[in-house]
Parts: sequence; structure tokens; C-alpha cells
Amino acid sequence: MSAGTGPIGRALPPQHYTVEREKIREYALAVGETNPLHLEPDAAHAAGYDDLVAPPMFAAVYAGPAFAEAMFDPEIGIDFAMLVHGAQEFDWGPLVIAGDQITTEILLAAINERAGLKFYVFNSSSRNQRDEEVCRGIWTVIVRPRE
Amino acid sequence: MTAFELGSELPTLRVTPDGEVMARYAGASGDFNPIHLDEEFAKSVGLPGRVLHGLYTMALLARAQTEPAGGPETLKRLAVTFRGVALPEHEITITSMVSEQHEGRLVLTATATQQGKAIIRNATVEIEPRSVPA
Repeated sequence: MSAGTGPIGRALPPQHYTVEREKIREYALAVGETNPLHLEPDAAHAAGYDDLVAPPMFAAVYAGPAFAEAMFDPEIGIDFAMLVHGAQEFDWGPLVIAGDQITTEILLAAINERAGLKFYVFNSSSRNQRDEEVCRGIWTVIVRPRE
Repeated sequence: MTAFELGSELPTLRVTPDGEVMARYAGASGDFNPIHLDEEFAKSVGLPGRVLHGLYTMALLARAQTEPAGGPETLKRLAVTFRGVALPEHEITITSMVSEQHEGRLVLTATATQQGKAIIRNATVEIEPRSVPA
């Protein structure tokens, strides 16, 4: 895309994330998951998985670096201190397992303004090492005006 | 055993996040925005104090589905709008009701409430429970 078209629709550099067993466990404990598939490798093996299974909302972790890239993109120019999370959608494909390598691409889909608030909408797509789409996300952040 | 029929409700999930949950979630997720960690900073940008991460509250909403439905593979889609900030030390309740059924896939509407206010209202959930009654 040529310069001057602005940040909407411009692909940001893909971000890579290697899913580690202890990160899944740390995340599961932080959100209160008790399913042993997220905590005990033996239970995951017994259920037919190679390693610990990530909870679906672990998407926030593996897609996090791509989202951070978008938040701090100088051309998008989000006032991070005034940001709150407005809305979130995730659609999941195959489960993510410890050892997976996830690549996430994100782009700014729209900027809307309403009642002095700016709504930034980002679309993300995360794929594993087999090129299966494990999660699609729509992230809406709201930036409040400084007083 | 939870009944997954039109109009039926899933078991209510009740969680009271302690004051350290934001630090644990920040470490687990990598989201260190100071509105979640620094009381003075949060107040300086017009918030009542440190607030929970929205994606933490959404993770509770996900748990309210996957626990009765039978595991992480049952959750296919979640779409939420955050209506207000959620605070630590106050109970969050998650309620979910089956609103549509398409063969093995169910659509539910879920709400997260704290101190009588909906912090997530009309979330849309799609699950494929382990066993759907015929």
C-alpha cells in the first residue's frame, strides 16, 4: 500500500509467539481455570494431547505481541494512557497446545468517533505451525479525550 | 449435568477477584497498562482506582461456558462489549442462557455483573457441548 493512504488496512509486521507449557499454567492459574488439561501434562496426555492445552482466552497472550505492535504504531498514534478496552470478539479453530508456534497478523480496520470518544477497531488472525487458523479476533479500543 | 436446551441457564459462576489478580494477569498476559496496577495513575486518568483487565473478565465469562460444556474445545466464539470498568474485591457473577440451537452448536447470551451493574451485557457465545440432549 502506498504512503499517504493512512494506517487503515495497512498490514503490520506479523508477530511470532512460541507457546510454552509454564506460560499456559501461569495464565490458567491467573484466570482461575481448574481444568487439568491446562495444568497437568499427564491429564493432557491421557486425553490425547501432546502437551498442556491452552484455554481459549489464551488468545490474548499469543496475539498480545501483535496487538501491542498496533497499540504503539506511531502512525496509528493511540494515546495509550487514555485507552480502555471497548469490545472483543474471538472465533476459535483448532486448540492451541504447548509447543505450538503461532503467527499473528493484525491490521487497523476502522476508526470511528462518537461523543468525543475515538473507537479503533483491529482485526487479527493467528495461525499455527501447520498454517491452521487457531483464532480470529476483532479488538475495539476506546481512547478517551484528555481533559 | 447441565441441561443445554433453549431457554435453559448454565450454572452461575461467581468470582471475587482479590487485589493481586491484576498483577497476576499482567504477568501472565504481558499487559502492564498502569490503569491495572497503579492506583494513583488510574485515578489521574479519571478511573475510580485500579481496574481489572477486560480480557480477564472475558476469561471468566469463557470459564462459565467451558466448565459446564465439557472443556476448552467446546468454545467456538465469544463476542463481548465492555459496558463499564470492573474492580477488584467485589464479586462478579456470570449468567448465561441458551438462546438458539443449530444441531450441535448452541448460541448463548451471557452477562457479567458486579455491584448490580452489567460490566458485560449481551455477550454472544457459541459452544459445542460434549453431549447435547436429543
